[in-house]
Amino acid sequence: MIIDWQNFTPWSSLAGGVLIGLAAALFVLMNGRIAGISGVLGGLLQPRAGDIVWRLAFVAGILLAPTLYGAVTALPASTIEADYPVLIAAGLLVGVGTRFGSGCTSGHGVCGLSRLSPRSLVATMSFMAAGFATVFVTRHLLGA
Amino acid sequence: MTNLASFVCGLIFGLGLILAGMANPAKVLAFLDLAGKWDPSLALVMGGAIAVATGAFAVAGKRARSILGAPMQLPTARDIDKRLVLGSVAFGMGWGLAGFCPGPALVALGAGLPKAVVFVGAMLVGMLGYELVNRALADAAQRPQPRTH
Repeated sequence: MIIDWQNFTPWSSLAGGVLIGLAAALFVLMNGRIAGISGVLGGLLQPRAGDIVWRLAFVAGILLAPTLYGAVTALPASTIEADYPVLIAAGLLVGVGTRFGSGCTSGHGVCGLSRLSPRSLVATMSFMAAGFATVFVTRHLLGA
Repeated sequence: MTNLASFVCGLIFGLGLILAGMANPAKVLAFLDLAGKWDPSLALVMGGAIAVATGAFAVAGKRARSILGAPMQLPTARDIDKRLVLGSVAFGMGWGLAGFCPGPALVALGAGLPKAVVFVGAMLVGMLGYELVNRALADAAQRPQPRTH
């Protein structure tokens, strides 16, 4: 294994993680809910009375984050290497997969593991393994 | 009040994703590329997040209502089944193809990146497709089963 020390950003990644954890902590303590992005979005697609505004407010907060961040300091680069057909396939897989699996990196990975949920541990290991395997296939076997 | 809390939490969450490097798909893919030049940064994102959130969930688990008086709605499902594993595997494949999971994709959408618009559009179509299939399956399960010989 070769570690990419040049691009290793331990402090900003740790600090970003702390902010994510803080958001999840505040959310469950204030609103009694899991800060799982796929779950929040999924609930908007089967709207129920009284269950919509908080979801939209949460999504609006995420959408406004780059604007606020950019107003204070330069936004870090965001490089999307995938081309459009790949983005469509990937988006469909992420959409279907997170709903069938009842969660994503935030709901299972952050909140579920913080709750010591065995179900979320299995889900997290499954999507991490699939992610590692997919990148191995696309970068090293197919050489894309 | 809970809606304001939702907005603030979403905002902090999004800022965290940006600072962490999660909103950069190239960095996410570098983390997932164990056999290439591996960037371990994102392991620290999850570590930092879990370290902070664990205490809050322990407190939340003992309460019936949140600080703002909302009912505590923690997941009750405990079953580890095919649905959970296959769904998570499909999600991981999509994550590995593009380097986007749902939160960072929303951040990139908020930043106005055209590719994020396409990814989020496809993701919502996927989620909607799931809802429709799920509803059809639930309806089929409620109807009397045809007899098979």
